[in-house]
Amino acid sequence: MRPPDTNEILLQVEGVALSFGGVRALKDVSLNVRKGEIRAIIGPNGAGKTSMLNVVNGFYHPDRGTITFKGRTRDRMQPFEAARGGIARTFQNVALFKGMSALDNIMAGRTLKVRRGLLWQVLRCGPALKEELEHRHRVEEIIDFLEIEAIRKVPVGRLPYGLQKRVELGRALAMEPDLLLLDEPMAGMNLEEKEDMSRFIVDVNNQYGTTIALIEHDMAVVMDLSDRVAVLDHGVKIADGTPDEVKNSQAVIEAYLGVAH
Amino acid sequence: MSGGGSFDTFPKLLLRNAAQFGTHPAFRHKDLGIWQSWTWAQVAEIVRAYAAGLHRLGLQPGDTIAVVGANRPKLYWTMMAAQMLRAIPVPVYAEAVADELAFVLAHAEAKLVAAQDQEQVDKVLSVSDRLPQLDKVVYDEPRGLDGYDRSRSIAIGNIIEEGRAALATDIALRKAIDDFVQAGNGSDVAVILYTSGTTGASKGVTLSSRGCIDAATDTTRFDGLTHEDVVLAYLPLAWVGDHYLNYVQGLVAGFCTACPESSDTIEQDRREIGPTFYFAPPRGFEAMLTRLMIRMEDASPVKRRMFNYFLDVARLHGEQVLTGRPAPLSGRLLYALGRLLVYEPLKNVLGLSRVRVAYTAGEAIGPDLFAFFRSIGLNLKQLYGQTEAFLYVTCQPDGAIYSDTVGPAAPNVDVRVAETGEVQFRSPGMFVGYFKDQAKTAEAMTPDGYVKTGDAGFFDEKTGHLKIIDRAKDVGRLNGGTMFAPKYLENKLKFFPNIKEAITFGDSREFVCAMLNIDPIAVANWAERNNVAYGSYQELAGHPLVYDTVAKDVAAVNRSLVEEKVLAGAQIRRFLILHKELDADDGELTRTQKVRRRIIAERYAPLLTALYDGSYEADISTEVAFEDGRKGTIAARVKIRDMQATGAAESLGKAA
Repeated sequence: MRPPDTNEILLQVEGVALSFGGVRALKDVSLNVRKGEIRAIIGPNGAGKTSMLNVVNGFYHPDRGTITFKGRTRDRMQPFEAARGGIARTFQNVALFKGMSALDNIMAGRTLKVRRGLLWQVLRCGPALKEELEHRHRVEEIIDFLEIEAIRKVPVGRLPYGLQKRVELGRALAMEPDLLLLDEPMAGMNLEEKEDMSRFIVDVNNQYGTTIALIEHDMAVVMDLSDRVAVLDHGVKIADGTPDEVKNSQAVIEAYLGVAH
Repeated sequence: MSGGGSFDTFPKLLLRNAAQFGTHPAFRHKDLGIWQSWTWAQVAEIVRAYAAGLHRLGLQPGDTIAVVGANRPKLYWTMMAAQMLRAIPVPVYAEAVADELAFVLAHAEAKLVAAQDQEQVDKVLSVSDRLPQLDKVVYDEPRGLDGYDRSRSIAIGNIIEEGRAALATDIALRKAIDDFVQAGNGSDVAVILYTSGTTGASKGVTLSSRGCIDAATDTTRFDGLTHEDVVLAYLPLAWVGDHYLNYVQGLVAGFCTACPESSDTIEQDRREIGPTFYFAPPRGFEAMLTRLMIRMEDASPVKRRMFNYFLDVARLHGEQVLTGRPAPLSGRLLYALGRLLVYEPLKNVLGLSRVRVAYTAGEAIGPDLFAFFRSIGLNLKQLYGQTEAFLYVTCQPDGAIYSDTVGPAAPNVDVRVAETGEVQFRSPGMFVGYFKDQAKTAEAMTPDGYVKTGDAGFFDEKTGHLKIIDRAKDVGRLNGGTMFAPKYLENKLKFFPNIKEAITFGDSREFVCAMLNIDPIAVANWAERNNVAYGSYQELAGHPLVYDTVAKDVAAVNRSLVEEKVLAGAQIRRFLILHKELDADDGELTRTQKVRRRIIAERYAPLLTALYDGSYEADISTEVAFEDGRKGTIAARVKIRDMQATGAAESLGKAA
């Protein structure tokens, strides 16, 4: 169940700046994600959306600024620390193990939850087997949740794009994250697939109470799904608020439609 | 094991099964990737607890409880629990849109609705303002339903638990449930099945306990079904086929009903379960074969050659070897080898390895398709039935199987063909009446107590089997009085790979004519092999060599009609090949790909006139809708070909 809306801040990004050589991808951006909400970050191409996501889960290290996640402040984070800390993500270009089945891919999401050592795993008996069964049970619940029973044993390389995206979401869910980062979950999908994905995102949020931060191009989708929307343009946050507030913001309209010079 | 005798209601059968095959599985359901099983003893206990829970919710004898959803154990148990309380289950099609659902629920006066999941619950609640009798919705899968008003909706799991707890402490409740079971008798209404309503508003077919059990006792005996059998329940719950073949036969014979994980996983689930009794409509078997052929295209050349070679062997000798008729020794040996190398592995992939009896029904099945499955060793048979009969009217016994008949009358069923050509029957399972519709009930019966099927048919002289030819209202007569059954002819034509669609005309006319559509893929293939050059579909369709090929098919249909005295006079005398494919976008076909005879007759009126005025060519121009919505016209000169009526000169005219 979705927890009652609190104003408890799960993630706070403060004054982050990031540059690649001469390109300044992010310029002094601050934003926060509240516990239990669906938070969207939108913006035109090259606005710095993915950079922002990569800073949050430690792929990039910001030049300046701090990240506070679950009350711990640091100026840089390693990806594995982020994962251990409860941040899971999906990628803009699906990053799955193509030769492995959907089931195995999602099982991979349980890696950090495995308690027994490698030797036990190899022997695959006694407590290790019992543990594996528990993980499998959890994964089967996710498969049921995402309605992908029919492709459980199919190598993901053979699946259509929309289903691969769903498997990737499954793998992220298998981590039982506190914060789920979705990088363009609906890119390249047809209308029906988009509707399915929207439903799953809302269901994840409702059912597991997972906090979700997503980047998206499709404005209509974002406005329907999100509790709050931040808009980036050229590495600067130009608006932040509820979908309605953002929609009526002059800066946003100019960023998306361009201004007469 | 079979029912009958003192077991005249389903709760009594359930208790008998629990006592006799208590440790045998009664239900299986794949959940979270694992097949869960329940024995008859467990099911009896659960259903009793469920009934107690429903009783506490106020379900009274004679009340109706609708069941909406896919094949789930808990939904089948809902029907059992309702019957235990002498209430009446009413299964409803899960795909029904809200309006259809509202109609059935209102007409059946459903007090409770058992729904599968949030989707179905939402649908019911969305029309609840039109359902004054509706008290509560109970549901199987709680996902997404936590926040719902608990006074209106309850999880079935909770009802069972509450019922179980109440039974443990409340002696009066235990006695009340026992009394309900005792008081139940064969004349109780067991179930109301609503017809799908393709031919008008759906009607509630009321069936009695005794009738259901007697009918199923006969057919389980006929096919030798026992508690060792397994079925995969994947057909719509509300359809008479599922209710009869799985639910009722399951209770009567005590076999195990396996429920698939989801509608997308039926193929895999069938393979895993290995049902021993199997039903699919012809298009189900066709889809199976198509998928198989596509996969064979991708197989290695060695496998492909082996597959083709042994399929030819099976086609030549399969039926003889399997039915024990004389076959050459070499044929027997090759067939045995083929079984080892191809047929058995093939059936295993399809999940049909263990099937002892398979049925198909609902529409005509292509002879090649039918022969394919039979020749690889699947005991596929045909039956004919309808909801009003509680399924079986006729069915083929082992050893007397034909692709174009539906078999002799089922055990204890009395079938006759009326003067009008309509098939009528009396059977143990026949319906009590349409729910709340005395007038329609009277309409469907003859004065001497037979049920009118609305189908036209005749008994084949050679085999003694019934043949169904068409809906009675579509059957017409030639001016000479010969019976003319358009769909029967069209189906015969369409079974040829070259012919994709066919429309025949003949009602109130001198003779029969046909308009045909060639199958572009099959004919293009043929053209390539025979060096026939063409630039467009229209050109191919009008090609004289194509006409020659198709004429051979039409002649073959005519020849096959000679053997059927009733229809011998209705041979096709003239035909033409249409210059364009019939298309649903142009309104010529329904969305389910059925031809719309009247619209075609109007659109192609010049051609129809030409068919009957003796000319050999006609000009036609029709408007077509392209896929992007643009409209255009296609004009063409279509040729007409004469056909000779074969060997029927003497029977013409007097056949009727």
